[in-house]
Amino acid sequence: MLLSIRSLSKEFPGTKALQGVDFDLAAGEVHALLGENGAGKSTLIKCLTGAYRRDAGEILLDGQAIDPASTAEAQALGIGTVYQEVNLLPNLTVAQNLTFGREPRRFGMVNRRAQSARAREMLAQYGIDIDVERDLGAYSVAIRQIVAIARAVEFSGKVLILDEPTASLDAAEVKMLFSIVRKLREQGLGIIFVSHFLDQVFELTDRITVLRNGRKIVTERTRDINRLRLISYMLGRELEEAARDQRTATKSIGQKPMLRFEGLGCKGVIEPFDLEVGKGEVIGLAGLLGSGRTETAELIFGVRGASSGAAQDDKGRIAHANPREAIAAGFGFTPEDRKVDGIVAELSVRENIILALQARRGWAAPLSRAEQERLADHYIGLLDIRTSSAEKPVGELSGGNQQKVVLARWLAMNPRFLILDEPTRGIDVGAHAEILRLIQEITKEGMAVLLISSELDELVAACDRVIVVRDRRHVAELDGDRITSEAIVHAIAQPGAASQFEAA
Amino acid sequence: MSLNPRLYPLLATIGIFLVGYLISYLQFPAMLSTRVVGNLLTDNAYLGIVAVGMTIVILSGGIDLSVGSVIAFSGVFIAVMLRETSLHPLAVFALLLIITTAFGAAMGWLIHFLAMPAFIVTLAGMFLARGVAYMMTIDSVAISHPFYSMLTSAYWLMPGKGRLTLIGVLMLISVLIGAIIAHRTRFGASVFAIGGGEQTARLMGVNVGRTTVLIYAFSGLMAGLSGIVFSIYTGSGYPLATVGTELTAIAAVVIGGTILTGGAGYVIGTLFGVLTMGLIQTYIVFDGTLSSWWTKIVIGLLLLVFILLQKGLLRLTAFGEAGS
Repeated sequence: MLLSIRSLSKEFPGTKALQGVDFDLAAGEVHALLGENGAGKSTLIKCLTGAYRRDAGEILLDGQAIDPASTAEAQALGIGTVYQEVNLLPNLTVAQNLTFGREPRRFGMVNRRAQSARAREMLAQYGIDIDVERDLGAYSVAIRQIVAIARAVEFSGKVLILDEPTASLDAAEVKMLFSIVRKLREQGLGIIFVSHFLDQVFELTDRITVLRNGRKIVTERTRDINRLRLISYMLGRELEEAARDQRTATKSIGQKPMLRFEGLGCKGVIEPFDLEVGKGEVIGLAGLLGSGRTETAELIFGVRGASSGAAQDDKGRIAHANPREAIAAGFGFTPEDRKVDGIVAELSVRENIILALQARRGWAAPLSRAEQERLADHYIGLLDIRTSSAEKPVGELSGGNQQKVVLARWLAMNPRFLILDEPTRGIDVGAHAEILRLIQEITKEGMAVLLISSELDELVAACDRVIVVRDRRHVAELDGDRITSEAIVHAIAQPGAASQFEAA
Repeated sequence: MSLNPRLYPLLATIGIFLVGYLISYLQFPAMLSTRVVGNLLTDNAYLGIVAVGMTIVILSGGIDLSVGSVIAFSGVFIAVMLRETSLHPLAVFALLLIITTAFGAAMGWLIHFLAMPAFIVTLAGMFLARGVAYMMTIDSVAISHPFYSMLTSAYWLMPGKGRLTLIGVLMLISVLIGAIIAHRTRFGASVFAIGGGEQTARLMGVNVGRTTVLIYAFSGLMAGLSGIVFSIYTGSGYPLATVGTELTAIAAVVIGGTILTGGAGYVIGTLFGVLTMGLIQTYIVFDGTLSSWWTKIVIGLLLLVFILLQKGLLRLTAFGEAGS
């Protein structure tokens, strides 16, 4: 094996990002590394490239144990990486980017002519002939991507990691990139290919490894695996039977919907869809990364402007063109990346909980300190937030408890429709079940919830209805007993499968 | 092959300088003499030298507010040392350059290793250097060393009786060396890399810490050299001298076409930035009726024009990307 990873582990405060992961890469192989967000792909890659130091496990390159402390060291050892975006410097010329750190010099000065000649030579191997003395930023993403690959191969030459290389390329550019990757494979490089485009994975790769929740799920030859099985590996379904509870028994059927969205859509983002939300209902939104799940939520909450459609309740039309209006209409939204968009890490638990409520009241009508403390204590108790005090900065809590604080903030607003985007992302498995329990708790009062999740178990366990999103379209809707992991996976995997179910 | 867009700001700077010179010449034909050119270089020598250091700092996306105070400190240090000790001026120069370079390096170290904003660190450096200058003396100290008289009167007579002074030449050499460092060395490439994106620079193998320390050390060295030149130019050391020179240097760098956020620009552009500002002053002197505050007004307008030009250029390149 060119590269062997044995029981690699990496922990961050509050999360186990990788737990005992094994991974093998042969020379002359393209190996896909798959998994949803938070599965541990990027952590694994960062451990390989020296951006993170691993906590446990070993990495063998050509049989030698390695422990790169920096990207430069990993490069020197032979591991080169091409990231989706931040790779090279757009403000330097193509030639400078290609030779950076190994510029040909004469009398201590960079020899520009030799530098350009070297750069042209490197690109010629990939059949590219461009003006290398121009800024890299002047060229298309595809060219930049190839320049990055050329540099990585030149500097490293054993292992090439491609992290979502095709995300911003068009079809012709992807083709060009693939032919280059195949050529490099023939030259004996080991290539790790990270992508969420399954078609590309099947077209290009020799083997597939799937990660989920920081664990390796499976490694198989690409030709032995089919799309359906792959998706179920990625989304997980082992707990299916155990997780299913009496949820459906408490469900209210036949009531008039509380909210109705009609023909809501945004050109190029998501096709128009209809959505009815009943009182106390939990609606799941299933689909792969990039399928249009988050976009659906953003459209409803007014984060993105809709190009068509309208929302109604029993009193008539409601405006939700921006988050402010959506909040006024009684909507709530906990975004996917709570570290960036959700919590204010430096503020205390109390301050985070009252943040939105205070914002709605306006700064002229401050909540009294006693009232703030009452609210904070109430939700700390209700949601069982584990904190030593309401005054502790939220950043010091574990991921699960941070998520509960975000939840508490919205509950304090008493919304009628709460959107939860990946509420269990990056939190301990134990806390998963608790968040799900809380969702059931809060819907008893009549609040409706839209739950976006990559975890099938979670959707199956918590939802009254599941809408499946694929290729930026709502393609299927499942309810009651038809909510099973298999049905969801089928709907996600097969374009033709939609007809098996009622279209949404 | 079309023109590389990265050259536009530089060409604009040179163009503005030439147009300005042409206008001045049409109004006052005497402007086109080697005397004026010689004075332009001499009068702006200290500014040009410190602006070279500032260019490197700004190319890396940083800022150095301490240089004006460091120049004043240098003048005072030289004057006091020559008065109090029997050291030869050259020995004092060497000592001074070591001190200012170490001072810059220390600021660079704080900026990188304590992850503090350059603005605050060099602001502290600005007060510190000015304070130390006051500690040494509160008066203007004249320098009366025979070697100094020699330096002051060292010039080469150009055809047309213009004087190309030693300090003017020193500035041109500084610009040349600065240009070579910025555009022809690995260190220079690292400076541009950090200015383009520190995270990416690190991924490409730049030793960011070492480079940052060197950048501010270089700026300190240039400020010290500028202080020497300023003391030769004025023949004295005064702790209240060159207040605000750091801002004038930043203005020269920006008018010279370097982008304030770092990562793009030319050292030679800074020379033209300095000369353009000097040209405005010369014009006002020639005119005789204008208040010298017009210098500030025109510099302000020029800065505005260049900031707008940079914005426009960014948008232009963004469109270029979308089109390709």
